[in-house]
Amino acid sequence: MIGPRYPLDAEALERRMDAYLDAALSSRRTAAAPARALAAFPRDLQEFVLRWGAIIASSNCELAYQFTAFAPEAMGAMDLDSVELWLLHAMDLYDNKGQRPAVRAFQDVSGFVANRQERLSGMALEDVQGVLERFVHGLDGRGLKVAAGGETYTDTEHLFVPGIVGLLPDKDANFRLYKAMVVHQWAQNWFGTWRGGVLLDAVERWGQPDLTLRRLHALETVRLDACIERDFPGLHRDAQALRRELDAPDDPAWRALTEPLRRPAALLEDSLRLLEALAAGRLHCPRPRCYQGGLYPERVRGVLELRLARERGQFRIALAKLVEEVDGQPPGQEEPEAEELPETRGRFKLRARAERDTPEGYSYDLFLDGKPVAPPEHMVSTMESIIQDLGEIPPEYLVAAGPGLYKRGLPGGRDPDSVWAGTYHEEGAFLYHEWDHERRRHRKNWCVLREHEVQGTGLAFYHSTLRKHGGLIKSLRRTFEVLRGEDRVLRRQHFGEDIDLDALVDAYADVHGGLEMSDRLFTRLHRDERNIAVMLMVDMSGSTKGWVNEAEREAIILLAEALETLGDRYAIYGFSGWTRKRCEAFAVKRFEEPLNDAVKGRICGIEPRDYTRLGAPIRHLSARLREQEARIKLLITLSDGKPDDYDPQYRGDYGIEDTRQALFEARLDGIHPFCITIDEEGAAYLPHMYGAANYVVVADVAKLPLKVSDIYRKLTS
Amino acid sequence: MHATAKAIKPEEHFIDQEPYYEPVGDEIEVFSAAYRNRLPVLLKGPTGCGKTRFMEHMAWRLRRPLITVSCHDDLTSSDLVGRYLVKGGETFWVDGPLARAVRAGGICYLDEIVEARKDTTVVIHPLADDRRALPMEKLGELLEAPDAFCLAMSYNPGYQSVLKDLKQSTRQRFVALEFDYPNAALEQRILERESGVEEGVARQLVRFAHMTRNLKGQGLDEGASTRLLVHAAKLIVSGVAPVVACRAAIAQALTDDAELLTAVNELSASLF
Repeated sequence: MIGPRYPLDAEALERRMDAYLDAALSSRRTAAAPARALAAFPRDLQEFVLRWGAIIASSNCELAYQFTAFAPEAMGAMDLDSVELWLLHAMDLYDNKGQRPAVRAFQDVSGFVANRQERLSGMALEDVQGVLERFVHGLDGRGLKVAAGGETYTDTEHLFVPGIVGLLPDKDANFRLYKAMVVHQWAQNWFGTWRGGVLLDAVERWGQPDLTLRRLHALETVRLDACIERDFPGLHRDAQALRRELDAPDDPAWRALTEPLRRPAALLEDSLRLLEALAAGRLHCPRPRCYQGGLYPERVRGVLELRLARERGQFRIALAKLVEEVDGQPPGQEEPEAEELPETRGRFKLRARAERDTPEGYSYDLFLDGKPVAPPEHMVSTMESIIQDLGEIPPEYLVAAGPGLYKRGLPGGRDPDSVWAGTYHEEGAFLYHEWDHERRRHRKNWCVLREHEVQGTGLAFYHSTLRKHGGLIKSLRRTFEVLRGEDRVLRRQHFGEDIDLDALVDAYADVHGGLEMSDRLFTRLHRDERNIAVMLMVDMSGSTKGWVNEAEREAIILLAEALETLGDRYAIYGFSGWTRKRCEAFAVKRFEEPLNDAVKGRICGIEPRDYTRLGAPIRHLSARLREQEARIKLLITLSDGKPDDYDPQYRGDYGIEDTRQALFEARLDGIHPFCITIDEEGAAYLPHMYGAANYVVVADVAKLPLKVSDIYRKLTS
Repeated sequence: MHATAKAIKPEEHFIDQEPYYEPVGDEIEVFSAAYRNRLPVLLKGPTGCGKTRFMEHMAWRLRRPLITVSCHDDLTSSDLVGRYLVKGGETFWVDGPLARAVRAGGICYLDEIVEARKDTTVVIHPLADDRRALPMEKLGELLEAPDAFCLAMSYNPGYQSVLKDLKQSTRQRFVALEFDYPNAALEQRILERESGVEEGVARQLVRFAHMTRNLKGQGLDEGASTRLLVHAAKLIVSGVAPVVACRAAIAQALTDDAELLTAVNELSASLF
């Protein structure tokens, strides 16, 4: 008999492995070899491998095999914590990039061991992304996004940096290196490496683009570093410290050659001129500085062209709005298809004004019909971005947009409904983490959620519900009116903002009569504000089809009517989902909308759709609720069953645990979640998700309309 | 340095020395014209851009006492108008700051008016239109304002929430002046003048302020105000290192969010 503390032998291990690896095994591939390797380890390590193997197998069987096969090697080379990091790293790769990179990560144990030091002392981008991005936003110019990429470069809208930086021995120094990388890319954007497409045109003419580009980058780096030295002494100091650590000192001949680039007036053109000198001479181009990365004109070109077209359109539409403000009507109504209105050209003028702290040294004032106009904030940032790209606002931009452009809108619009037309995928969507209870970690940006609006239908259902429950609505209104708080002046209080003169006179008389004086001499204004915001999330999964859906809609109508009496702020959203790539939230009523006919129509239009992937909608709607300023924030879920999805992984514990985690996160933000369900088995899992007192099972669907309002009343009084 | 506080009655608060104020536009002319025409004035603008200083300057210019009331959400109309108190078995009336200002023909400045409750702001309505009278119900009097009296209030549209909006019936009684942070060159001059900081440092401080204003809406509700810059500049003049001064006087005042604080501190460190 083998006790729990003794290691398992190879045969027993193989049996246990077979159980979870079944789908990955064949006649040619058995678990025998991994089992033999694992037999040499103590029991607790064996159990570790078997446990994680089973967890990974629930995501992907092939990966579980790879893990099991390479775990002995990994455990031989690292301590257990590092082995766990290794396997989570591989699983993250699987989540983000797919199976093959994950398999490679499992197989490359020695590579992981070699990088481990880097990982321990290194800085991961995700830990500093927020800081870096805000830092760049603060610096100036267009809002650039910081993103992880294989190389360090910019496409003029993103700054790509490695996902992890560990060249230096401690985290702080590695953060400095990150910052220097980001600053260098930012400087390319701000100090004009890409301005006006000059460099893009030059690249076309070069015979050896790669070599020439490397040389030009070296020259530009000298120029940009000089700009930074002048404007940001602190950044320059940091960069110098990094270079002392990581780079070879500059060759004096190189310094002499590049001297002209250190002048304050130096531009990209000066770098281009020096290129020729560099090509003619025998001087070697120095090795790239530790933070400079590379130049990728092709990646810039596409982004730049799109942006130029988009911003020209935005600028012209903004001009059209200015004309509309002056004339009282939108321009060009007589030519409804026109994209631009050349007749407005003469009305606009730009005048440059000296403005320090911009690379060009001036900014523009806009004049319409000879009078200065103050452009709105978004137009100012568009103008700044255009100037950043072109160095000026070209005269041909000064034409108001016609109704054609207005109507068509601009490319890159973020209409959530057109996503499945295949034009873009995750653009404009909200990304949310999901909790994997087995890994005890979030899967980063795992769910893609889009917000749509429910298609409204006629008001027939609304009116028929009002008729059907007429009496009930009256009594609901009465009970809810009692709840409505109002300001009252309380008299004869111990303390308050004013003296209650009546009480004082009485007390005065009492004192004279030899009695004890009361201390209740004040009036106090008692404010009974119901400062409540409530988010109602309605299950629109396929299982609600039929009378459940009808009862849901009736319940919402009654609750909405009651809430109108009460004056609480409320929003109604439906939710549904089909795998993690297509979670959906359907706006029925947003917080700022009144209960008008459009909203009523949307309530009637709530219809069953797909599955119940609860986590992402909860995260999304809690974020919406978080924006509200209210003392009490309620998130009420109206549901008919457990979290469920087409994707079998979400069924069962995984979905319940993810939902629980999402609710837990909401609670941290001061939101009170509550669930109303018609699932009679709800008692089995709801206490775990929502907490023992935070759910109600309404067994009789027909009673749902009445119950929901009743529950709400109890909850908030 | 003074060690004891000086107590004066609000209506005797005349400003003798010219408070330093750099006009950004034509606000001095507009305010003076409104005063001559007995119109009340509303100052709009972000915090720390010079609204209160402007009021001090105008009080000095017009040679009127300045009575400032900082509004808060427990401010009642009795706090403004006045109330009965009891002393030695007798009740007696005490004027509130608004009534004092009316009696003395001074300038009453209600700072951050939206913070006050809506029922409180209503008491200024009769004063703010052509009636120019303050009803004192408990006293059974109607106090008519002399020509010299002026009502002004300030309001920050930046962080107005649904709950704290100025009622149309209130705002439509006022001549409104919009304030914003001064442009870079002027702001630099203000810093140099207020704190005596040297030109290069003042310039970098102003750049730092612009960086934080770029972050407005990215987690910061407001960028660094001119007032905060003056604080930092004063610390620097007293020998505090610029990065430390920015951290203490500006970054910590702007936010508590750890990530934002790091970013803001990195920004100041990049400049000095």
